[in-house]
Amino acid sequence: MKDAILYLEDGKSFYGQTLAISGETAGEVVFNTAMSGYQEILTDPSYAGQIVVMTYPLIGNYGVNEEDVESNKVHVKGFVVKEFCRRYSNQRATKSLIDYLNENKIIAMEGVDTRALTRHLRLHGAMKGMISSEDFDLKSLEEKLRAIPSMEGSDWVKEVMTKEKYIWPADPQYKEPFYRVAAVDCGIKLNILRILAKLGCEIHVFPATATLEEIDAIHPDGLFLSNGPGDPAALTYVIDTVRNSFGRFPIFGICLGHQILGLALGGRTYKLKFGHHGANHPVKDLIDDKIGITCQNHGFCVDFDSLKADEVELIDVNLNDRTVEGLRHKRYPIFSVQHHPEAAPGPHDAQYLFKHFIEMMEENNKSNIKNKL
Amino acid sequence: MPKRTDIKKILLLGSGPIVIGQACEFDYSGTQACKALKEEGFEIVLVNSNPATIMTDPEFSDHTYIEPLTPEFVGYIIQKERPDAILPTLGGQTALNIAMKLYENGTLDKYNVKMIGANQEIIRKAEDRACFKQAALKVGLDVPRSIIARNLEEAKKAAQEIGFPLIIRPAYTLGGTGGGIAYNEEDLERIASLGIESSMINEVLIEQSIEGWKEYELEVMRDNKDNVVIVCSIENFDPMGVHTGDSITVAPAQTLTDREYQNMRNAALKLIREIGVETGGSNIQFAVDPQTGRMVVIEVNPRVSRSSALASKATGFPIAKFAAKLAVGYSLDEIQNDITRETPASFEPTIDYCVVKAPRFTFEKFPEAKDILGVQMKSVGETMAIGRTFKEALQKALRGLEIGHVGLDNKLDYRNIPDEKIRLRLSEPNASRIFYIKYALQKGMSAEEIVQLSKIDIWFIAHIEQILELENQLIETYKKEKTINTKLFRKAKEYGFSDAQLAQIMGKTEVAVRQLRKDQGIVATFKLVDTCAAEFEAYTPYYYSTYETEDEAILQQLKLDRSAKGKRKKIMILGGGPNRIGQGIEFDYCCCHASFALKDLGYETIMVNSNPETVSTDYDTSDRLYFEPLTFEDVMNIIDVEKPDGVIVQFGGQTPLNLAHKLQQAGVPIIGTSVDSIDLAEDRKKFAAFINQLGILQPENGSATSVEESVQIASRIGYPVLARPSYVLGGRAMRIVYDRESLLSFIEEAKEVSAGHPILIDKFVEDAIELDVDAICDGESTFVAGVMEHIEHAGIHSGDSACVLPPHTMSEELVEQIKQFTCRIAQGLKVVGLINIQFAVKGNKIYVLEVNPRASRTVPFVSKATGIPIAKIAVQIMVGKKLSHFNLASSGELGYVAVKESVLPFNRFSGVDIVLGPEMKSTGEVMGIDTTFGAAFAKSQISANQSLPKKGTIFISLKDEDKRDVVSLAKKLVDLKLKLVVTRGTAKILKSAGVEVEMVDKHGEGKNNLLTLIKKSAINLIINTPSGKKSQSDMRAIRAAAILHNVPCITTLQGAWAAVNGIESMLGREFLVQPLQKYYQTLKNSSCTV
Repeated sequence: MKDAILYLEDGKSFYGQTLAISGETAGEVVFNTAMSGYQEILTDPSYAGQIVVMTYPLIGNYGVNEEDVESNKVHVKGFVVKEFCRRYSNQRATKSLIDYLNENKIIAMEGVDTRALTRHLRLHGAMKGMISSEDFDLKSLEEKLRAIPSMEGSDWVKEVMTKEKYIWPADPQYKEPFYRVAAVDCGIKLNILRILAKLGCEIHVFPATATLEEIDAIHPDGLFLSNGPGDPAALTYVIDTVRNSFGRFPIFGICLGHQILGLALGGRTYKLKFGHHGANHPVKDLIDDKIGITCQNHGFCVDFDSLKADEVELIDVNLNDRTVEGLRHKRYPIFSVQHHPEAAPGPHDAQYLFKHFIEMMEENNKSNIKNKL
Repeated sequence: MPKRTDIKKILLLGSGPIVIGQACEFDYSGTQACKALKEEGFEIVLVNSNPATIMTDPEFSDHTYIEPLTPEFVGYIIQKERPDAILPTLGGQTALNIAMKLYENGTLDKYNVKMIGANQEIIRKAEDRACFKQAALKVGLDVPRSIIARNLEEAKKAAQEIGFPLIIRPAYTLGGTGGGIAYNEEDLERIASLGIESSMINEVLIEQSIEGWKEYELEVMRDNKDNVVIVCSIENFDPMGVHTGDSITVAPAQTLTDREYQNMRNAALKLIREIGVETGGSNIQFAVDPQTGRMVVIEVNPRVSRSSALASKATGFPIAKFAAKLAVGYSLDEIQNDITRETPASFEPTIDYCVVKAPRFTFEKFPEAKDILGVQMKSVGETMAIGRTFKEALQKALRGLEIGHVGLDNKLDYRNIPDEKIRLRLSEPNASRIFYIKYALQKGMSAEEIVQLSKIDIWFIAHIEQILELENQLIETYKKEKTINTKLFRKAKEYGFSDAQLAQIMGKTEVAVRQLRKDQGIVATFKLVDTCAAEFEAYTPYYYSTYETEDEAILQQLKLDRSAKGKRKKIMILGGGPNRIGQGIEFDYCCCHASFALKDLGYETIMVNSNPETVSTDYDTSDRLYFEPLTFEDVMNIIDVEKPDGVIVQFGGQTPLNLAHKLQQAGVPIIGTSVDSIDLAEDRKKFAAFINQLGILQPENGSATSVEESVQIASRIGYPVLARPSYVLGGRAMRIVYDRESLLSFIEEAKEVSAGHPILIDKFVEDAIELDVDAICDGESTFVAGVMEHIEHAGIHSGDSACVLPPHTMSEELVEQIKQFTCRIAQGLKVVGLINIQFAVKGNKIYVLEVNPRASRTVPFVSKATGIPIAKIAVQIMVGKKLSHFNLASSGELGYVAVKESVLPFNRFSGVDIVLGPEMKSTGEVMGIDTTFGAAFAKSQISANQSLPKKGTIFISLKDEDKRDVVSLAKKLVDLKLKLVVTRGTAKILKSAGVEVEMVDKHGEGKNNLLTLIKKSAINLIINTPSGKKSQSDMRAIRAAAILHNVPCITTLQGAWAAVNGIESMLGREFLVQPLQKYYQTLKNSSCTV
């Protein structure tokens, strides 16, 4: 345990102590308000490049286990909490969170007034920050931070996407997969793959840099655009691919995938002040007039007014701040949501959207057959 | 969906008297509902028999009925008021049961009253064990194996199939009445027969015991568009087997992964949809096998509950208020979150602190009862504490309990506790287990072994271990360095150590430690409870203290200072902390009234309290709410930040009063009656001189600081004497002592209760009539608001005695003299605010028994009976108004009679005799109001669940001293066509006086045996006055049987006469059922506006 500082780019600093791993790390500092699910959050590729602050003060209570991971590694740049649990309790746990963070060489900080930090980020917006257990000189920290690129305009997808295409098979209960889904991996969460597989999909996971030809080659029933880190506007290569695929197959996008879709549709994205990171956001489904409590994790947002009203329809809206939570195309079988229907962590209220995607592929296949006939 | 337009008038049911399992949380929910519905423009008819509630204040509803909560009375009110709808989900199990009865007997249909919130179908599905189980299984949820039994035979068969241990749960009861865990056939017979009896439908569930599993609760809300949100999750410290009301609980759930939590959430959603709770809040309980993670659902309450009050206070999400709005048609997204103002209610609160609730027990009041906990609730109150860590919240909760612990301290020296006892106290759930965990750790027991013995999760034990580790470090450091460095000091505060705890470690005073701490710059910071973990700006100033870097209360102050609002004067009101016997809802009522009145006058009000059940801790009762323990340290921390212009200590009962001295010494501006005057009233010697000077009589008395002195005083004034410790409330440990021997044993006990304070010894005035007076004094003149005559004689604690307003047997001259004495005393003490005096009248002599220059337990009763809001007036006097500013006429010409009756918890404590004495034992009160004493008394008895019979059989057995009354009492009852049964001795007397009676045996098993008759429900009322100090054991068994079989039992002669009066008036005419507003119209001086 070493004393450590979290220095923010606006000059504000917070103090605490590191766990076994000390040193320096920098990234965009964001807060997450979920009270459970720290293991999912740590392994969520969308957090690449970010230092995550947990607002719930007691973290590590139930240890970590083999199953509740959203990728094969810890992606956060740093982890800030009030208190790490010394003695976990859960029948599925295999080790403590502290050991897990240490093994993954994550600089984690505790003893921080995370509420004050959260209030600061709420008032002044998400910003760059640096955790250091070595350098407490504010001037020097400021300089080091200046060298770190800001989230806006940054492409983090290439850091986290799969380098090679791979196949995630359908659930063993299906002898033959019902659908073949091409997934563009911008940092896909495993729970998306688990859910699609359970619904009978065989998922071909492509790196985000894949071309339309490569995707076409597998003859997918549908295209899935995954979540991921960073600024969507920087991902021109994916946006182009998506734009060119309109009308060829049903598309479903989540989070960054939703933003990419918005951009491909000719829209604009903008950065939210401090983003949405939590598991309690109310989203209204305007089609069914139903409210779901959703998991959210995004710093950017689609500007609905920038989209063509005759092409795109708003289907989901965030009830807290009225931001865009979902889109669908008026002619093509294309829809996307800003929130995370796969949850992990968070409520499962929106999981029905995966079924919508399945139905969409089914209908599309039917009409394709009809067309061919 | 917007507000329903087919409904205009809504009947709202309260929950009646405070009893174990149903306390002031339902006043909180009912009050919120009244406010919410009123805001929406509905006409509200309210029924509640409890006068000490805020909800029964006449301004909260349009038609306020303080009438018995029975299907008959409510049915009559429906007939009279013709409401469009009944909202039964906010008044606890009582309201739910009455609504069900009214549905079943056709009243609701007949008068076309819709059930809103939950209908009969839903209530049945949730409450009926078989329906519930079926519903759970239908949606694929796991439940413990169980079989329903309607008689003992079925119960035994079920036990054979499932195997011991078993949990027995009666259907339709609250707080687990009549339930229990059976380890063998013998237990089964005992518990099952009891359970079948206490169930409204004579049915129990015999269930596989999942004792020791982890227990969870989810608070769920659903609207009419099928939107569902989870407001809060709660994890219990005490595992399954201890009633959740008796468990220490923590929010949010700690040891569930997100997957497991979402699984539970999904289950809750499925269940609430299947049961069909249309709108409002529900509470769902789950158990999880710590070995396998198997999750089973235990029960659903389709209404707001104690847990939902806790969840509301823990998150800032007002469940009851929203439940009321949902019931009248709104959907969750149409309701705004008051705290953030921007976001809707259709979200799930997230919190950035840890909440610990700890139950408050009063086993000390019932020495014959064991402090063992089980599935039947025994606690009488609770405290909630908020901290940034579990360790901090736990220690705050323990000091907030006010049971003599200043945290997780070392009240006992672990070295003196035998291992055997520790093991027993760990394995058998009990009221002080939390402390034994620490003692066990101190003795070197491993955390694992403690888990094994207690089945308490390692997560909790490990935190206690960390507290102990830090304590040891503090002790060692201080030993070595004679000081504690800032870093370690701060850590101790972050771990929730109180200054008092640190004072013990450093051998200093609390005040010295506080100074030392402040010198090192370690001060408490205040954080907001905002439903959203700071994600949105919060507008409701609801704070808790912790040791962090940023203080939001100060930030808020800076903002306020710049606005016009910041110019207002600030008054801080100290609340009463957890409910206990002797200090409950009545004092919270006074605190709320103080806040309401001061707000109206333009003051900024600041409430400090730690009781989550109350209206005072609702975030919109005061301008600012501090949810903190009522200790010197915690209060001073708030004062440091708020710097109030005045602090009120007289309204929250003994708790804040006990702090008065220290606060004053610390320079806190206490307003109202001076602390010196309070002291004068408590200091026997000074007080005797004072009373003497006023020319008023007082029973001979003295105060003693040693055993010798006590004995000396007692023999000087002569036995019997009334002996009690000073500075306690509710007659704690008070005894009528008849000889030296019992005096000595009393002193032994008193030492524990009130260490350091003297023992008070009074001559006991036998057979005197006792009176309670509540008055307001502005230092110069006095207004006597109410003179209440006790029905029971002096010697029964005033809190347990029934009383009548106005006095019904006193001559006008005596009452007038009592009023004059009151004025003389109040002015002599220079009281500014409320004063309560107890008098005893014997013959023509008036004695002063006790003077309390503070709010009393009877303030709400007097206010309800007279229509004069005396607490509100008093608080205005305290901030400088004069009585002449108010248009007040003395009461006494009411034109109707109000009777207060107390409600006793004997059915919860088996083995405890139901005899009344100078130590208060009641948990709550009811009021009966009517035009005659008899009718008002009869109503009060119905409300107190002691219904007097109009016909049937009465058993009479009087002690020798009362025997002279037996003939006249019996004659009167026979005249009223009641059948009397008596024992041999009494029969002889009565027969020779020509009274027709039947004889029964006290002993034996014959069919004419009294116990058999009670069991067969062949006795409708028992009048039994127990003799002196040693009550006969056979009569004790009879009283116990009466409790068990719910036969009303009267234990005083005066009570018996009042009952005769009541029966007579019940036979004579119908009750008058009318709202308070109507009663007040008849008052000459109803123009008193405050």
